[in-house]
Amino acid sequence: MGRRKTRHNAVERGLIGGAAVLLALGAGALAWAWETAIPPQPRPAADSFPADLVAEGARLAAVGNCIACHTVPGGRSFAGGLALPTPFGTIHSTNITPDEDTGIGRWSEAAFTRAMRRGVDREGRHLYPAFPYDHYTRVSDADNRALYAYLMTRTPVRAEAPANGLPFPLNIRMTVAGWKLLYFREGAFTPDPVKPEVWNRGAYLAEGLGHCGACHSPRNALGAVDEGRAWAGGEAEGWTAYPINRDSPAPVPWTADSLSFYLRHGWHPAHGVSRGPMAEVTGNLAGLPDADVAAIAAYVADRMGTPSAERRRRGEDLQALVPRLSADAGTPPGASLPAAGGLSRPPTAGSEGTASGGDERGEAVYRTACATCHESGRPLPFGGLPFALSTAVNAANPQNIVNVTLFGLPPGDGTVSAVMPAFGGALTDADMVALLRYLRGRFSDQPPWDGLERLVADTRSGAHHVAVRPADGIERAPRNVGAED
Amino acid sequence: MAIDLTVNGTPQRVEADPDTPLLYVLRDDLGLNGAKFGCGLGQCGACTVTVDGRAVLSCVTPVLLMQGRAVTTVEGLGTAEAPGPMQRAFIEEQAAQCGYCIPGMMMRAQALLQERPDADDAAIRRALEFNLCRCGTHMRILRAIRRAADTMRHAETAAPNGRAG
Repeated sequence: MGRRKTRHNAVERGLIGGAAVLLALGAGALAWAWETAIPPQPRPAADSFPADLVAEGARLAAVGNCIACHTVPGGRSFAGGLALPTPFGTIHSTNITPDEDTGIGRWSEAAFTRAMRRGVDREGRHLYPAFPYDHYTRVSDADNRALYAYLMTRTPVRAEAPANGLPFPLNIRMTVAGWKLLYFREGAFTPDPVKPEVWNRGAYLAEGLGHCGACHSPRNALGAVDEGRAWAGGEAEGWTAYPINRDSPAPVPWTADSLSFYLRHGWHPAHGVSRGPMAEVTGNLAGLPDADVAAIAAYVADRMGTPSAERRRRGEDLQALVPRLSADAGTPPGASLPAAGGLSRPPTAGSEGTASGGDERGEAVYRTACATCHESGRPLPFGGLPFALSTAVNAANPQNIVNVTLFGLPPGDGTVSAVMPAFGGALTDADMVALLRYLRGRFSDQPPWDGLERLVADTRSGAHHVAVRPADGIERAPRNVGAED
Repeated sequence: MAIDLTVNGTPQRVEADPDTPLLYVLRDDLGLNGAKFGCGLGQCGACTVTVDGRAVLSCVTPVLLMQGRAVTTVEGLGTAEAPGPMQRAFIEEQAAQCGYCIPGMMMRAQALLQERPDADDAAIRRALEFNLCRCGTHMRILRAIRRAADTMRHAETAAPNGRAG
């Protein structure tokens, strides 16, 4: 009895001691994690900002793609409220118009810069890292000043974001302080003196405001970018964000020039059109100075590295398949605009060969439903990309093909854009799976994909939610900002 | 090859090359001229029909994929004597000018309302994104679809979706 009592006391003492240590640690952590409020100020008059600073801010906001998350499609620009599904629950973007009550109208420039640099709002609350301050921390004070000027001169919109749907304890913002301790490194961008200026400009834009790595990197169990595998591919809004480092699965290796063209126009003859969330990125970049797009392209191309001699050779061979305007040399026969009703024209160019695994159904689906456009020889962005050039067919999973095939590429509003009809109604799940097997076997030397039945069924049912957007993402591109007013 | 499918509730067997567009089969083999040939590229929506209840662009849909499927065309929504709710709404709102796009519009809207009877204006506009009308009767078309939705929701008949198969 006595011994048991002693042991009990020891346990008790241990518990009290432990609790004391935890309390001390907790108090220390709290002191560390505590951020003070920055006093509110009256909204600065819009005309207090120089016009060129506002214009610079508009270009930077386009690089940051701010509007994509901070606007509900069809809603008021920058008014927030977009539901962002995360593995931890739903987060709603905030109103970053200068409305004094529901937006950032009372924020000083110091408060804005702190949010960008450290992920803390004006009142001192930690922001969830769905706001990519792990990248925005690299933005310079001068650029934050321009962004602030741009946002503070937008039309104020009174709009309260819906409450976040996060479970306990994640609904307590102080937990974000712990996340920051583990994964967040504050600090402005430091140029690499060895690299050329254009590389450093590209790195600054891509790693900072551009936050390419936020989608194009794998994330760990706590939602942080896996820094060891930065740019090794990730996921965004139901779409696969391909690896954009040395592991890029593009059949034709990217170059600074091809990347520059793609980022500027949203498509490239040898790579296809941007879609899903990337369509918003390219839609935004369309308004950027050429030099900045070229700088981003130069930096990304460098990160992708020099392709092996074999890969380069293969890429050169594939150039023969790139559909070009008939005025160009090397045009395949019948490569001009397909005649209306040219649907039953049998597939020709490059359609020799059979599916590996003898998937006759997949081949039949491809030949009757896909080849009529994808082997028409009609140049992009209005013709279909020959699948031998398709990054999607060579990627680790076929999610993007499934998305585009089932839901199509909707047309852009009020503009000429790439379009693909949706085939979700015409193709059964079994036909879709057979088609995927065929595409992989015929147009890629990569191993077959697994779990196709599940992937197709979940994508169709919405269990795997996909954000379907117009091909050029124009509804939230900067040139449309304010168009809804 | 022979394809067995159901069209407007009637089983049909058609002989056609597998890459023949469903639209050609409907118009040329089955004499159903409701669905129209517009662009032939799946970009204008004039050829829209439903397959197993979902909207499909029949000009880019090879008949190969239709084995065992149930196709509904605008003729399946009702007759001139007894128009279905969608057709009635389009007549009442006088939503057609030249009328060429209208069968596609009706079928796209029918598919939407069968899946989502309470579809709001934003959902209707989104669904009809793929259907073009060059006469510009869009506002009447939208009114007609809202009217059809209303009729279908309040219909006490046993067949709220008309005679769709």
